[in-house]
Amino acid sequence: MERDGERIEITISSRFENIELVQVIAEHLCENAGLDEDGSHWIGMAVREAVANAIKHGNKLDVKKKVQAVFDLRGLDLTINISDEGQGFDPEKVSDPLNPKNLMKTSGRGIFYMKTFMDQVRYSFAPGGGTSLVMTKNLAKGTGIATSSKH
Amino acid sequence: MKATSRSVDNVEIIDLQGKITIGAGDQQLREVISNALNSGRTNILLNLNGVTTIDSSGIGELVGSYTTVTNRGGKLKLLHLPAKLNELLHVTQLITVFEVYENEQDALKSF
Repeated sequence: MERDGERIEITISSRFENIELVQVIAEHLCENAGLDEDGSHWIGMAVREAVANAIKHGNKLDVKKKVQAVFDLRGLDLTINISDEGQGFDPEKVSDPLNPKNLMKTSGRGIFYMKTFMDQVRYSFAPGGGTSLVMTKNLAKGTGIATSSKH
Repeated sequence: MKATSRSVDNVEIIDLQGKITIGAGDQQLREVISNALNSGRTNILLNLNGVTTIDSSGIGELVGSYTTVTNRGGKLKLLHLPAKLNELLHVTQLITVFEVYENEQDALKSF
């Protein structure tokens, strides 16, 4: 892992137990930038979902395949790049979990959560294989989720 | 994830502690529900007070558990929903699916 100013890179093997390492980096980076605990948590959750997808769907749980996460913070603009070695997918074919016919599905909410917590989520696919996900977030803006004081 | 079960009246209360996330707790939740059903306990109250982390996979298991229990003629309800899990269920409109309680006695009476 390298830490260079506001840029952090980490590469992990495709094991689920490595997800938390990346999530914790995201949360600490956000907290150190002054974001509150709730805001940092939701960004950490977006990262968790992205890394889980990279491991499960991208690299098909092949521990020899790597997931790379790059965090780049410029002022309050955070860019997160999650890359895997998989074959890619068609983001247009991901089902909408808010569609009533999908409500009771047991999967398919990960990308929705990423889009809820981050300002922008974009995928790109390398011709020779490999998927790169870029998520951006301005830390001064709220997330798309209420931080309820009810509980 | 740690799960401990206790029976009160005709309700199986399953107290969950720890993470319900992909590869850690999601499978365990499915197993603990399956064990309860196989023991003939179809009224299930999941106490989520001790759940520290949940992701989309864990939420998928909650949904799957609800469907499994319902299909067996039973009821699955939630108790002590942590704030962040509550928000996750809200944004995906799953809060409309589950009956959620903050008080164990009220939850038990509802079965």
